Amino acid sequence: MNRKQRSLTAVPKKIIVTLVLILTLQITWNHYLPSFPAKIEHLTTPPQLELLQILSLGDNIVGSKLLMLWLQAFDSQSGQFLSYRQFDYDTLRIWLKRILQLDPKSQYPLLAASHFYSMVNDTTKKKQMLNFVYKQFFIDPDNRWQWLAHASLIAKHRLKDLPLALKYAQAIAAHSSENMPFWAKEMQIFILEDMGELEQVRLIVGGMFANGQITELNEIKYFNEKLENLENLENLENLENLEKQLGRVIK
Amino acid sequence: MIKQIITLATLVIIEALHTRFFMIIFAFLLTGFGIVSFVGQIAIIETVAYQSSLLAAFLRLSAIYIISLFVIVSMVNEFNNNAIHLWLSLPMKRATYLIGKFSGFMLIACIIAILFGLSLFILVPYSQAGLWTFSLFCELLIIAALSLLCVFTFHNTIQALSAVIAFYILARSIYSIQLVAQNLLNSSQSWSDYFIAKFIYLLSIILPNLEQFTQSDWLTYYSGEIIDLLQITAQTIIYVILLISMSMFDLYRKNL
Repeated sequence: MNRKQRSLTAVPKKIIVTLVLILTLQITWNHYLPSFPAKIEHLTTPPQLELLQILSLGDNIVGSKLLMLWLQAFDSQSGQFLSYRQFDYDTLRIWLKRILQLDPKSQYPLLAASHFYSMVNDTTKKKQMLNFVYKQFFIDPDNRWQWLAHASLIAKHRLKDLPLALKYAQAIAAHSSENMPFWAKEMQIFILEDMGELEQVRLIVGGMFANGQITELNEIKYFNEKLENLENLENLENLENLEKQLGRVIK
Repeated sequence: MIKQIITLATLVIIEALHTRFFMIIFAFLLTGFGIVSFVGQIAIIETVAYQSSLLAAFLRLSAIYIISLFVIVSMVNEFNNNAIHLWLSLPMKRATYLIGKFSGFMLIACIIAILFGLSLFILVPYSQAGLWTFSLFCELLIIAALSLLCVFTFHNTIQALSAVIAFYILARSIYSIQLVAQNLLNSSQSWSDYFIAKFIYLLSIILPNLEQFTQSDWLTYYSGEIIDLLQITAQTIIYVILLISMSMFDLYRKNL
C-alpha cells in the first residue's frame, strides 16, 4: 500500500464545500442553542453497600475515593454553589457512612463531617454531623479520636452545648490509648471546669494521679496547681458560706 | 522449537511497533499524570493515597483494555490474512505456534506492566509499587491468555472482546456477588434460589479471584506482603496453563 496520500486537488470541491458548510452549521447550532436551565440536583439515597462493592469491581478503596470526591464536589452544580443548608443531612450521613464502609481506614469522610458539613448554619444539622462522628468513633477509636475531639470543640465553642462537648470528651477519655496525646484525654477536665463541676474535676485529676496516667513533670506541676486552685476556690466558697451563716446568727 | 517460539514472539513485538501500540501506552500514561495532578488539587487530606489509588485504577483498566484489544486484533488479522495457514503449513507444531504467539503477548504485557508500574514509584514505596507492578503483569498474562482463547473460539473481534470484558468484570466482582448471594439466598427456601446460590459458588471456584490482584490497599495503606505475591503467582501459573491448554485443545480441533 502506498503510504503517501494523494493531493488535496483529488478531493471533489463539492465534498470540501459540504465539509466546511456543515462544520460551520454545527458550530453555529451549538453556539445559538438555548442552554439547558440549570437544575439543582439533590442527594438521593445511596445504594446498598453490597451493590457499591460490586460496582467497585472488587476495588472498594477506589470506589470509596471516587464517591468521596464526588460528594465533596456535590455542593457545586452547574456553576452554582449550594449551601450546606440545602442538603438533606440524613442522606448525606448515609453517603458518608457508605464511603467509610467501603474504606474503613480512610479519614476523609470524618474530616468532611467534622470540618465542613458541621459548619452548616443550622443547629440540628450541625448536631447530626457531630453525632455521626461520635458514632463512627467507636468503630476505631485509635484512628478516629481526632475527629471526635474536633466535634467536642465545635459543641463547646460554636454550639455552646457543654453537656454535648463533655459527652464527646468523655468518650475519648474512656477509649484512650497510648497513641492519643494527653490534651485529648484531658479535654473533659476543662469542659467540666467550664461547667462549674469542680468536685468532678478534682475526682478525675485525683484519679489520673492515682492511676499513674500523669507522668510528665510539667503536667504534674500543672495539675498540682490546678488541684490547689480548686481547693482554694472551695475554701473561698466555704468561707463565704460561713460568713453568710455568721451574718444570720448575729442578726 | 525454541527458535520458532523466539521468532514468533519477535514478530509480535515488531507488529506492536508497527501499529504504534506504544504511543497509546504513553497517551495513557500522560492521561494518568493528568488525573494525578487534578486529584492533587481537589483532595484535602490523604492526597497521595487518593492520587496513587486512582492512578493505579486508571492504569490497570487501561492495561487490561489495551492488551486484550491487541491480542484479539492481532489474532483476528492472522485469521483474516491467512497468516495462520502459512505458519501451520511450515514444519511447526500447532502447540509451538500458540506458545510462540503467547510468548510475544507475554513480552508486551511485561513492557506495559513495567511502564505503568514505574509511574507509581514516584508516589508509593518501592516494595509496594513493585508488588503492584508484578501483580499487574500476572493479571495481564491471564487476560492475554483468555483473549487468545476467545479469539480461537469466536474468530470475531466484537464477540471475543465482549467475552473478555464480561469475564474480567465477573472475575473482579465475583467475591462481592458471592457475599450478596450468601446473605440473600441462604435465607430463602426455594429451589431456584438454591440453584442460583450453587451456580454463583461454581463460578467463584472456576474464575480466578482477580480481586486479590493489583490491590489499591497496597498503594494506599502499604499493606502488601510476600504472601500476596505467592498467592498471585500460584493463581497466575494455574490459570494461564489452564487457558493455554484450552486454547490448544481448540486449535488442535480446528480444521485449518
